[in-house]
Amino acid sequence: MELKLNMDLGNSKKMPGLDKTKVFDLLIVGSGPAGLNAALYAKRKGLSVGLVGKKTGGQVIDTTSVENYLGFEFKTGEDLIKEFSQHVASLEVPLLKDAEVASLEKVEDWIHINLSTGEVLEARSVILATGSRPRRLGVKGEDDFLGKGVAYCAICDGPLFEGLDVIVAGGGNSAVEAAIDLAKIANSVTLVHRSQFRADQIVIDKLNTYSNVKVHLETEIIEVQGGPLMSGIVVKDKATGETRTIEANGLFVEIGYLPNSGYAKGFVQMNNKEEIIVNALNETSVPGVFAAGDVTDIPYKQIIIAASEGAKAALTANDYINRLK
Amino acid sequence: MSLLNEQLQGQLRTIFADMKNDMTLAVFTQKDGCETCEDTVSFMKEIEALSDKIHFEALDIDADQERAKAYNVKMVPSIVMLNDKKEYLGIKFNGIPAGHEINSFIPAILEVSGAGEALPESFLNQISAIKDPVNIKVFVTLSCPHCAGAVQKAHKLALESPMIDAEMVEAQTFYALSDQFNVSSVPKIVINDQYEFVGNQPLEVFLEEIAKTQSA
Ligand SMILES: Cc1cc2nc3c(=O)[nH]c(=O)nc-3n(C[C@H](O)[C@H](O)[C@H](O)COP(=O)(O)OP(=O)(O)OC[C@H]3O[C@@H](n4cnc5c(N)ncnc54)[C@H](O)[C@@H]3O)c2cc1C
Repeated sequence: MELKLNMDLGNSKKMPGLDKTKVFDLLIVGSGPAGLNAALYAKRKGLSVGLVGKKTGGQVIDTTSVENYLGFEFKTGEDLIKEFSQHVASLEVPLLKDAEVASLEKVEDWIHINLSTGEVLEARSVILATGSRPRRLGVKGEDDFLGKGVAYCAICDGPLFEGLDVIVAGGGNSAVEAAIDLAKIANSVTLVHRSQFRADQIVIDKLNTYSNVKVHLETEIIEVQGGPLMSGIVVKDKATGETRTIEANGLFVEIGYLPNSGYAKGFVQMNNKEEIIVNALNETSVPGVFAAGDVTDIPYKQIIIAASEGAKAALTANDYINRLK
Repeated sequence: MSLLNEQLQGQLRTIFADMKNDMTLAVFTQKDGCETCEDTVSFMKEIEALSDKIHFEALDIDADQERAKAYNVKMVPSIVMLNDKKEYLGIKFNGIPAGHEINSFIPAILEVSGAGEALPESFLNQISAIKDPVNIKVFVTLSCPHCAGAVQKAHKLALESPMIDAEMVEAQTFYALSDQFNVSSVPKIVINDQYEFVGNQPLEVFLEEIAKTQSA
């Protein structure tokens, strides 16, 4: 059991609350790396800016270790976010916490942000930086065994599988890193992926140092089985077409991400993956509405990329506001 | 064992400066067979030392049976928060609130001291309609970043309603209980040992599940 205290910065250095009646130059939806960096850049440009977000830090909070953010050889996801939010808090950008945006509207030159509580915020421009969420396998049994073996957060639920047998689905960095974390706790880890590894060689090499890890590539998961708890999965070998069962107590799904763009459907243009389409200036199809990070159609979903896209979006928003003034 | 380094102590002192009234951490332990009791007691003493308004009281689940019953304490270690009048408001932590749970524990201290933020009106109306007793268990692991959020919501509901008793349960410490409720994803919320859901869901979802326990 890891006792080391993990204090949330929200408890100490606070970003001030957001005045819901004020009309801002710029409101940023989402407080992950893209939103936080956009806030930093916009505030330094002198815009009146506020952040609206469900959860400060976004997906980075769920990341055990980040080893590819320039300047930091190793940081836990949380420590990195502490650095980010401390930096933004030092500029006193107001934050509306635990707020979910339900829809957007353009009313004359203003953008209305409708919250799930029914409240409405108003701004002259917005940056959409709502990131992404884990993709589901979409196979039989996955929903039935959710919370009964099927899990999507390795650092949260890993400790519950101490000494048990688990499967990790996926072949990217997140999957391989989850497998490494789990290998330290579980009796055995079986990584199952339908094609070849997409992960960085450096993490694959690390995975190979664990003797309790098995890897099945070119193997497709077709069903999660059990009752009342999960007991295993049925997989199909893509080369031979044969199916077989792999017994396990848990299945951690790490197969990529879906954009959190539902609230903007019909408002801005999206591609067929429901990613918000942006140009090189982070402009969407609606003037005054910009987007950045994992929610957009920019390739490669990474912290440093999301952060720098946030900066670009803020600079474009600043030009836009200056033209209005 | 010390969990608080100097930096954390300083941060917590600043946070505790916002406390309004006194409060007590009543910590239940047992002589034998409690692996984490000692660590929990020493951690609570460290917290107590950071504010004049925080008081520590050591209790034993066997010797202080009456008190344990009054607070519905069934396992050790268990930390019960009492207000300045030594009243139990329905806020309890079973297992050591370390790791990420510090983020539900610290706000709970402030809340019990009377320095909490109010919930929106719409929720208060729904909460005041609760007439039958409700027990909320929130199963967590200490490495789970969203779990503290769910614990905070359950505790907030307990503060607003005399009918609600809300407790954090650290799943690894109490694995038999976790097993009984098939906890394999956290946070897992179990209401009156009967209705359950997974995840740090909005307050609306807590209230929907609670509504199922109420007689029509
Ligand atoms: C397990 C894991 C490990 C990873 N490891 C790495 C790594 O090592 N290195 C790396 O570079 N990248 C890594 N990534 C990817 C990286 O985390 C993302 O690319 C990055 O977080 C994207 O940032 P973002 O700001 O665009 O979105 P997010 O981080 O997803 O933040 C979006 C925020 O918007 C909020 N939001 C969503 N919808 C709404 C709404 N309707 N209203 C209000 N708020 C909303 C969300 O709650 C969230 O807080 C990892 C991801 C995961 C999940």
